[in-house]
Amino acid sequence: MPDQDDRHTDTGKQTGTQTGTEDIVTTDKTEGAVPAIEFRDVVKRFGDNVVLDGLNFSVAQGDRVTLIGPSGSGKTTILRLLMTLEESNGGLILIDGVPYTHEYRGEKWVEIPEKRRRVVRNRVGMVFQQFNLFPNMTVLENIIEAPVHVLKKSKAEAITRAEELLEQVGMSEKRDFKTNQLSGGQQQRVAIARALAMDPEILLLDEVTSALDPEIVADVLGVLREIAETTDITMLLVTHEMQFAREVSNRVLMFDHGQIVEEADPETMFTNPTHERTKEFLKAVLAH
Amino acid sequence: MSDDIQTLLDRLPRLGEGVLVTLEMTIGGAILAMVVALALGFGSRTRTLWVRGPSRVIVEFFRGTSLVVQLFWLFYVLPVFGYELQAMAVGIVALGLNYGAYGAEVVRGSVNSVPRGQWEASTALNLGQFHRIRRVILPQAWALMIPMLANLLIQLLKGSALAYYIQLHDLNFFISQLRKATSDTIFSYSVGLIVYFVIAYLLTLGMNALEVHFKSRLGAGPTLREVLRVAPVPTTEKAGAA
Repeated sequence: MPDQDDRHTDTGKQTGTQTGTEDIVTTDKTEGAVPAIEFRDVVKRFGDNVVLDGLNFSVAQGDRVTLIGPSGSGKTTILRLLMTLEESNGGLILIDGVPYTHEYRGEKWVEIPEKRRRVVRNRVGMVFQQFNLFPNMTVLENIIEAPVHVLKKSKAEAITRAEELLEQVGMSEKRDFKTNQLSGGQQQRVAIARALAMDPEILLLDEVTSALDPEIVADVLGVLREIAETTDITMLLVTHEMQFAREVSNRVLMFDHGQIVEEADPETMFTNPTHERTKEFLKAVLAH
Repeated sequence: MSDDIQTLLDRLPRLGEGVLVTLEMTIGGAILAMVVALALGFGSRTRTLWVRGPSRVIVEFFRGTSLVVQLFWLFYVLPVFGYELQAMAVGIVALGLNYGAYGAEVVRGSVNSVPRGQWEASTALNLGQFHRIRRVILPQAWALMIPMLANLLIQLLKGSALAYYIQLHDLNFFISQLRKATSDTIFSYSVGLIVYFVIAYLLTLGMNALEVHFKSRLGAGPTLREVLRVAPVPTTEKAGAA
């Protein structure tokens, strides 16, 4: 867990009278551990379509949280907001208690400049449905690019770590291949290694097996299962693999219309859901 | 006819000089055009209005006005305001701005064609703005841009023939001198056609080589070395279909 001591946060919740100045308040440690991720009244609209309407939730350090729900319920939007691929329209997103994309200066809700976002963004990694490997680079180059240029690791150090990760995802022999010489499952395993090479505290997994052939899905899930078992990375996953969600996560959030309609441990959620909407959804998903 | 050829042979050194001037303008113009195209092309797709606005205006202006008029303006009007450029500089600046404006649209279109996932992965890896463009986006955009840029380069070469009108002794100038010397219009202009064509064709070959290079970097197609090798290329084994 990261060192909390010298970390400051703008609480922004104070009805401050000193508008124009930044309210800097040290995180109150007496309340227990700061959540890895916290959403406070987050609003996200696409045009007239309100996807998230004042969403509140938090994820503790080291938690593995699965987001389930019908398409359009806002699950992927949550991951994309956390990766700053979308801009929120209101509310605060905090990483380790630090405002990430926006903050309150007095009453005013303002965007945090890219320079400060980048500091926080280093703690967040993401694996995409479509892998998104860089085709102009080899497998190894894909993995070391950011560690060398963003984390300023030495090339030798980055390569050593990349080789470890390739070993872990079973892709060592493809080290010097171009990415389009790989199958989908292989590309996704490289993409996982690439995200892990940044040593993220938080890993976002956005339907990482949806674009894969069914027989390859198990390989990729196996890799993720191992990562879940051997690391304490906080994971937030959107998946339709309910069995996987059950094995890996310790918490499941059911979304509908941008709101959490039910929250439970996976066992309860999948065997004994209480909410009518959850029952319907699970019945539909598990039917095929 | 044999007299004509003799005259041409006698003038070969001057032909060489003319070709050099034409090449100098073409290459100088192309380099400036590429810089302008990248700046305006990326400028046209930023979110900030005060960058995007001027970029669009400049592109539309230089695309929408005649190259001859731009050339004459820089050559005859600019000195009125106290800025006198050498004829060569005028040629390069006019060609660079005019074709740069066209190139900007090529850059913008190609960059937009790079899948959004590539930008998103760059953000997820926290790569900086310039870094992602240099290392991720441009290497992929080049492969798309090169065929269109090759077109522009050939047009720019031919556009450089206007240099003659601002008193530069380029290939076009040489041709008209040849016509005066031989009094043979058919011969002189046919020589002109051939020499321009040869230069254009060499430029095309160069651009084709670049295209092969950038495509092979993306793992699509053979490398340049494989293409240029005389022996047939053994089909590289496609691995991976797991």
